[in-house]
Amino acid sequence: MNMQDSYITADGRTIGAPVMEMKNITLRFGGVVAIKDISFDIHEGEIRAIIGPNGAGKSSMLNVINGFYHPQEGEVWFRGKKRKPMKPHQIAKQGLARTFQNIALFKGMSTLDNIMTGRLTHMKSNMVSQMAWWGKAQDEETANREVVEKIIDFLEIQTIRKTPVGRLPYGLQKRVELGRALAAEPKLLLLDEPMAGMNVEEKEDMSRFILDVNDEFGTTIALIEHDMGVVMDIADRVVVMDYGQKIGDGTPDEVRSNQAVIDAYLGVSHD
Amino acid sequence: MTDMNSATALNTVPKLLARNASKYPNAAAYREKELGIWQSWTWAETAQEIENLALGFLDMGVNFGDHIAIVGSNRPHLYWTMVAAQSVGAVPVPLYKDAIAEEMAYVLEHCSARFVVAEDQEQVDKIIDIKDDLKTLKSIVYLDPRGMRKYDKSALFQYRDVQAKGVSSKAELMPELEKRLDVQGADTTCVMLYTSGTTGRPKGVVLSNYNIIETGRTTSEFDSLSVNDSVLAYLPMAWVGDFIFSIGQAYSAAFCVACPESGDTMQHDLRELGPTYFFAPPRYFENMLTTVQIRMEDAGKFKQRMFKYFMDHAAVIGPKLLDGKPVGAIDKLKYQLGKVLITGPLKNTLGLSRVRVGYTAGEAIGPELFDFYRSLGINLKQLYGQTEASVFITQQPDGGVRADTVGVPSPGVELRIDDKGEVFYRSPGAFVEYYKNPKSTKDTKDKEGWVATGDAGFIEKDTGQLRIIDRAKDVGKMKDGSMFAPKFVENKLKFYSNILEAVVFGDGRNECVAFINIDLTAVGNWAERNNIAYSSYQELAAHPQVYETIQGHVEEVNKSVSQDEMLSGCQISRFLILHKELDADDGEMTRTQKVRRNIIGEKYEDLLIALYGGESEIFTETEVSYEDGRKGSISATLEIRDTAMQPRAKVAA
Repeated sequence: MNMQDSYITADGRTIGAPVMEMKNITLRFGGVVAIKDISFDIHEGEIRAIIGPNGAGKSSMLNVINGFYHPQEGEVWFRGKKRKPMKPHQIAKQGLARTFQNIALFKGMSTLDNIMTGRLTHMKSNMVSQMAWWGKAQDEETANREVVEKIIDFLEIQTIRKTPVGRLPYGLQKRVELGRALAAEPKLLLLDEPMAGMNVEEKEDMSRFILDVNDEFGTTIALIEHDMGVVMDIADRVVVMDYGQKIGDGTPDEVRSNQAVIDAYLGVSHD
Repeated sequence: MTDMNSATALNTVPKLLARNASKYPNAAAYREKELGIWQSWTWAETAQEIENLALGFLDMGVNFGDHIAIVGSNRPHLYWTMVAAQSVGAVPVPLYKDAIAEEMAYVLEHCSARFVVAEDQEQVDKIIDIKDDLKTLKSIVYLDPRGMRKYDKSALFQYRDVQAKGVSSKAELMPELEKRLDVQGADTTCVMLYTSGTTGRPKGVVLSNYNIIETGRTTSEFDSLSVNDSVLAYLPMAWVGDFIFSIGQAYSAAFCVACPESGDTMQHDLRELGPTYFFAPPRYFENMLTTVQIRMEDAGKFKQRMFKYFMDHAAVIGPKLLDGKPVGAIDKLKYQLGKVLITGPLKNTLGLSRVRVGYTAGEAIGPELFDFYRSLGINLKQLYGQTEASVFITQQPDGGVRADTVGVPSPGVELRIDDKGEVFYRSPGAFVEYYKNPKSTKDTKDKEGWVATGDAGFIEKDTGQLRIIDRAKDVGKMKDGSMFAPKFVENKLKFYSNILEAVVFGDGRNECVAFINIDLTAVGNWAERNNIAYSSYQELAAHPQVYETIQGHVEEVNKSVSQDEMLSGCQISRFLILHKELDADDGEMTRTQKVRRNIIGEKYEDLLIALYGGESEIFTETEVSYEDGRKGSISATLEIRDTAMQPRAKVAA
């Protein structure tokens, strides 16, 4: 299959041209090679998963995508342009948002306020008018609050709107974090192990939300996940990494029958 | 019948709607919390929305007499759907939204529904699952499009689009709509509601416009409800009570119906909204009181003492003030002080500050519970009713409120008790028939219009109030011939906050035994305060100290039962605590949360044998089903305890 152009998924969605291309990325920390010469792309509107055993370099890859790490070799192309090294807030302005493996919310703030912080890149009024809460700042808050309320409705978390997130159970905190990332209205949403530590029911809920986000807002999603069952169910295409190298790339079915992937997950005897 | 003109003019719900829209065009008819803000629709806007949808229904090809099933949570759009269906001469059939697909299939098949209006993807999915077996089903209309982008849209329409299509062909369709509105009258079917069915398959109760409108009108007058009142609609739409409160009475008295943001935010929405008219099943009031008690136990010493001081005072004075009895000036002053410091804020927290009329029904309510709310100054009353009566059979008048009776006959209702003790009634609200079931209709309703309630009770001589003992068929005889009324005992047990449900057996036996369900909130909190670790409901339920506490409760109930001359034989000799909560999904309870004793008796036959066999513990394995139809099983070893019994009271000769 030619992956350069748009394609149609098994369930009949049309996927657009690539929004992000990783070309021959190599990332080193001193003498340790975390990522070795990896290339893949993420198409507009698809759900792209990156999987691999512990220490395969998945989170490093995600950090390269969101511009937190700068690879020593290789190029990152975003929406048809080669991306120069940037600060995280500049990247956020370009339309990237992410969630974290270990939840990074403001524990003492309410769900509503936490999601509101995700709107930061959409606020343009200056600090003085925000402090006075007057004029443009007021209109802006109303408009942003509406977006946040739509997300609260979307994620079905109306009951915890005013609850400090530190008091919420883990599964709900993950959902709030997804809400905060969505509030930025990202073009590309990065999810770092969205289902880690969840029970079956919470995983089902989260999968539904991820699919709905993709379906409803047309958001392109790149996610890292351990749970193979979940990945194979929701992803359109999967990149498999092992020891910093790409060992497989394709649809879930292709990946599932790839011998190198099977060996990496089940182990092979070296004799 | 004196005023022929108005009687013929207002004999259908759509006609009441037209009256409200012209008489109170700017008064709020519906409110709903959406995106965190209360949205409202006036009567004029409501009439427009309903007209648009009715036109859309005509455009879709809804015929006169079709059945339109409605499934979802309480939302203004779904209430409009019911009235829009009535406008085009179709019969709305609201369904329980948590019903599993098979249950829905039965009802949809039985009423040959041609259209279903569903709230969201969850409901649409269930209907798509069973669609192939339903020959009559033509199309599905949905409210919330989320998640359904990829669905096959050939027989699936969005609510908004249906309305838009209706509006665009208004010119052609309007004459047809007007014609259909005109030909309907008091005898036309208003709604069909399926009874929860404590036994067997649900039955479709057909209620006419006369049933609903007459009941709505007289009972609104009974409690002087008006356009200034408001109610929170949060109970299942498929339940007759919600239909009467949110359609029958609301359209008759033109008061405002508010819908909560979601089922889980109901308590919060209640507080924001402060309705003036409120209905809740006893279980709701129980849960609310349990929450208050738990939070007070966690409060500081000073607050606890203040709470106790003023609540004790209010318990004596509050009910007297509500009933208009004389109260001393100092007591009154102290009550007012308590109102500022304790009862007022508490009422506000519970969302009951503005409640003028509150009703509870369905199950018996504990006297302590009842007194608690009345001492806060909340006019909480009991009513007795059933689907077949359009709810109201008896209700308590202001000043005649008691915990152990259910009130005097509602306006226009006649009561009769037959020689076996069963209660019969004849009323304007009495149903037309069971749909496609003439045999059951004949068994329940006789030629003169008397309807059997299936409940055993008696009318108190001095007050004229009705007192219900139990279901007539559940009232049995024990081996020695004394009367067995399980519900009487179960209710006494359930008044303890630690006990959520109890099921008592003993018909035709020498002695009574019981299954107990603990209340996880109350017992869990107790465990937390006493540093008792537990990992599951099952483990907590089997804890020896929990058994100890429950045994204490059972023995107290035995003491109280032994005081009753007729029923002293119903004392519980042995009991066990069940390892799982009784659940409607497993068929153990009805969707309205009533225990199905026979089904439980069959399902847990091994436990019953052990209870009567004198064993001290029993191993059991139970199948449980989840809402989506999957099954699992849990197993446990349950302890069985003997309890102390009191000598039986002498039956008066």
